[in-house]
Amino acid sequence: MLEIRWHSRAGQGAVTGAKGLADVVSTTGKHVQAFAFYGSAKRGAAMTAYNRVDDKVILNHEKFMSPDYVLVIDPALVYIADITANEKEDTTYIITTHLSTEELIASQPKLAGKKVYTVDCIKISQETIGKAIPNTPMLGALMKVSGMYDMVFFKENMARVLKKLPQKIIDANMIAIQRAYDEVK
Amino acid sequence: MAESMELRDIEVWDGNMAASQALRQCQVDVVAAYPITPSTPIVENYGNFTANGYIDGEFVMVESEHAAMSGCIGASAAGGRVATATSSQGFALMLETLYSASGMRLPIVLNVVNRAIGAPLNVNGDHSDMYMGRDSGWIQLDCYNAQHVYDMNFIAFKVAEDHDVRLPAMVHQDGFMTSHTAQGVKTLSDEVAYKFVGDFQPMNDMLDLDHPVTHGVQTEEDWHFEHKARQHHALMTAVLPKIQNAFDEFEKLTGRKYNLVEAYNMEDAEVAVVCMGTSVETAQEVSDELREQGIKAGVVGIRVFRPWPMEQLAMVLKNVKAIGALDRSSPHGTFGALYNEIAGTLINSGNKVVLTNYIYGLGGRDLTKAHLVGIYNDLKANAEAGKPTTPLQQYIGLRGPKLSFF
Repeated sequence: MLEIRWHSRAGQGAVTGAKGLADVVSTTGKHVQAFAFYGSAKRGAAMTAYNRVDDKVILNHEKFMSPDYVLVIDPALVYIADITANEKEDTTYIITTHLSTEELIASQPKLAGKKVYTVDCIKISQETIGKAIPNTPMLGALMKVSGMYDMVFFKENMARVLKKLPQKIIDANMIAIQRAYDEVK
Repeated sequence: MAESMELRDIEVWDGNMAASQALRQCQVDVVAAYPITPSTPIVENYGNFTANGYIDGEFVMVESEHAAMSGCIGASAAGGRVATATSSQGFALMLETLYSASGMRLPIVLNVVNRAIGAPLNVNGDHSDMYMGRDSGWIQLDCYNAQHVYDMNFIAFKVAEDHDVRLPAMVHQDGFMTSHTAQGVKTLSDEVAYKFVGDFQPMNDMLDLDHPVTHGVQTEEDWHFEHKARQHHALMTAVLPKIQNAFDEFEKLTGRKYNLVEAYNMEDAEVAVVCMGTSVETAQEVSDELREQGIKAGVVGIRVFRPWPMEQLAMVLKNVKAIGALDRSSPHGTFGALYNEIAGTLINSGNKVVLTNYIYGLGGRDLTKAHLVGIYNDLKANAEAGKPTTPLQQYIGLRGPKLSFF
């Protein structure tokens, strides 16, 4: 079982990202789950979303999770949300920030000694899609760090998931995904 | 003529989309709806399908849930296939009209996305609304995941509209835990799905002007009792066999097997939990893990909450030594409903089993695998002692000191 927790602000697309990832993974014959914690959802409120992936049917519906990957798509959540909650020894963190990995760890010491990768999904999405929607670039970074799927396959399927959007926006998302894949460190 | 929609064999849908798609495929004549979290996306998606030409029927936006069910009652009495969706306070506002629908024997399908009932206000999933509906005369089918939601909608129409039944049916799913959780859902083509449900066959329809009928009459002590007895008789005798037939036919069509009572690891189980909704599947995973440690743990999921499948339940529980009844609704002054139903089911069965009650998950509070392991440990101690070793009713997952009663 592979488990992923997203930290996001409502409106940044973590739910769409989690569901999009589930959709792509499902095409490979694996079983998937994508869900989120909602309160009285307000744009900008800190929230979490989740993915489970397994070779067999996923029966577990508990919200509790010890994630293999933690994806943080808003830079400030590193300091105000409990992003290391229920972590495992080898939990991998991919964090959106304009800082380098070293600078980030210096600013948030509880990440010291952990597997931390950084990428600026906010900047990438602003420069490609035209607004701060960091969800799809984060998936590009996840593909690089996890080696889950090759980029041709992944982008092909993400384009299908996004097919209701205008072609221009789909193309911009594909560039954002590729840039995050190339730039994550 | 409505457009057909091409679906992949497996779509990644949440429970709400699964319900919307099933309603679309059943070609419902009238959906009268008023949105409420977490069921809103069911009618939102359905409105989208309507606007994009995938629906021939009418989509009526009304001013409240009371009006939504009232519109459904009018349309159903007129003689059409009718459905809607709601949750929680909306369900509560509908309650008066739910009794009208069942008393008038109108085969409406209501998707209930289970949610807590305030105060305090809470949008998350528990079974308070489902329990509120249990004396309303509706058939109540329960789902544990998005696939079940898709499949049970077809079953609901097929059984409710059967002329030997003619009773409304609710399809229940857990708010957020099912309604907003995306999972792989095996789909049917539009043609195959519609063929399984079949054309709507009207009965005593008001639009049949050659055969005038009256719906919703007043009956005082002269006939009211006889009407209610017939309604109960239909629920008690006609419904379960028809559901079983529909399950059998559905299995032949899809390979997916459903049962009135879903027994898991029960063949030789010594301890078992009985529950509903997503908790059933989480408990199944826990029972598999406990079996690796030599604990003979089983799980019983209630698939049909009304009419209550007494015989089937007594059968699967006949050799168990200790049972935990898990209720996801505040019982407010007594045992949880499942505890009472199970006690009523087993009291004359000859099985001297130890039965205890757990209240859990109110307002969406997580039921973790660790909670379930704790419950099974209680049950194991009860089985060994041959009597309760804990209070009869315990709260699980509550903050603060342990709370228990009886």
